[in-house]
Amino acid sequence: MKVLVCISVVPDTTTKIGFTDNDTQFNTQGVQYILNPYDELAVTRGLELAEANNGSVTIVHVGKADSEAVIRKALSMGANEAIRIDADPTDAQLVAAEIAKIAAGYDLILTGRESIDYNSGAVCGLLGAHLGIPAINVVTRIDFANGKFSFDRDIDGGKETVSCAGPVVASAQKELCEPRIPNMRGIMAARTKPLQVLAPQTTANYSKNERYEMPPAKTGVRMIDASEAEKLIDILKNEVKAI
Amino acid sequence: MSTVFVYAESSEGNFKKSTFEAISYGREIAEIIGGKVIAAVIGDANAASLGEHGAHEVIHIPFTGAFTGDAYTNLLTEAAKQCSASIVILSNTYSGKSIAPRLSVTLDGSLATNVVSLPNTNNGFTVKRSVFSGKAFAWVSLEKSVKVIAITPNSFELKNWGGSATVNTLNATANSTISVDSVNKVTGKIPLTEAEIVVSGGRGMKGPENWGMIEELADLLGAATACSKPVSDMDWRPHSEHVGQTGITIKPNLYIAVGISGAIQHLAGVSSSKVIVAINKDPEAPFFKAADFGIVGDAFEVLPKLIAAVKQ
Repeated sequence: MKVLVCISVVPDTTTKIGFTDNDTQFNTQGVQYILNPYDELAVTRGLELAEANNGSVTIVHVGKADSEAVIRKALSMGANEAIRIDADPTDAQLVAAEIAKIAAGYDLILTGRESIDYNSGAVCGLLGAHLGIPAINVVTRIDFANGKFSFDRDIDGGKETVSCAGPVVASAQKELCEPRIPNMRGIMAARTKPLQVLAPQTTANYSKNERYEMPPAKTGVRMIDASEAEKLIDILKNEVKAI
Repeated sequence: MSTVFVYAESSEGNFKKSTFEAISYGREIAEIIGGKVIAAVIGDANAASLGEHGAHEVIHIPFTGAFTGDAYTNLLTEAAKQCSASIVILSNTYSGKSIAPRLSVTLDGSLATNVVSLPNTNNGFTVKRSVFSGKAFAWVSLEKSVKVIAITPNSFELKNWGGSATVNTLNATANSTISVDSVNKVTGKIPLTEAEIVVSGGRGMKGPENWGMIEELADLLGAATACSKPVSDMDWRPHSEHVGQTGITIKPNLYIAVGISGAIQHLAGVSSSKVIVAINKDPEAPFFKAADFGIVGDAFEVLPKLIAAVKQ
């Protein structure tokens, strides 16, 4: 089984978000970058399935050279090789169009449910459409038996179980697995694993982030004494009309 | 004249509020750019009723197969192409999210998900979407001539346009390579992403056995229940209830947080809520800085009072 896992490099979850240049650029100063948490699950489950089915895992990332430390982390978890497509990942559509160019020949393609920076949650579906294969998003279980993949996925107000033959692309949701922590041997081995850098192949212009905006700050909290907590309900009902 | 095409999502023959929001949103755009709204309904539902929310015409596709991203995309592509749609609107639900990206490829358009406001069409076409899991917004210019937009539930006011829509049938069919083996929907519970009121519990609730109070208050208010990351990590509550940066981002009218300190990762997922209430026994809890109303107190004393007050 050949598995391809697409990864994003994102600001750490504790990052305080800010912008520069008249709110047109994300302020990267002091920001720690990590492997996108959902992608960590995708890498882990990809490895488990490849190991159980005599397969291999390739990591693919669209981004510049400064993302290589995070790519090495995915390799240290156990992936066999990595590809970096040397383009600025400006939006999900560009990322998916680039990955689609190298994604032929894999049985299973995995992504995270969404990246925690731009949250599009679109690469899985975009890849499915580009490659003409099924795309199953937000999956909490992936199994492989008798030549077929089986998935549990979140749907509006519940869950469903679906199955199909490969090749298929799926996006990882929490519950899929526990993320694998690289061990020392993995970290040493990752240093010499192949990391191929490819030039971008697409030119389409889909979208542009023109400027950023922070949510309006709260004007101050109104405290209600715990001994008269019931007053809260009165305020919510009659004053702010929220219930 | 431009066509604004809206996918009118339905579940067991009923439209959801988020569907009406998508139609109203499409109608507002049609008013701005001068065009008409054509809604597409797949399966049985009261298609003509969509006129009230702003649809001029409805394309009814009497397809009865199971929902799959690929089959539904093919049906909607056929309908959207038939009416030369230039703007395509969907709800950013799980179903919407499994169709919107595929549609952007089949229609060769620009895609924007998590959209929270009407576009700015003064100079090009830009939409505002939430980014960094709710910590900020980005105005994104959509460059292709076809635009596929998925709007976040609860971000757009419903408007009654008082019209009626003409319904035309499109006998399209589609096959899927995906087999849907079983569907398990929780009935009688409000999906978290669409809820207008959410009651959420954190570590301050001390254990899963104490969730009865959270659920009782939620039931009384017609609210959905949610939880913080530590709570879902400890398996007190299912992962599907986890709101925050690595969970679900929500945008209800009212968010009541009980026993949640308000870490930056949690606030990211809930800070777009219109009214936020924080209940915590620690007066220094960061949540009070992000809330509209606060009560410093023990959840086990405050919740029964709130429940009693709602019951009155």
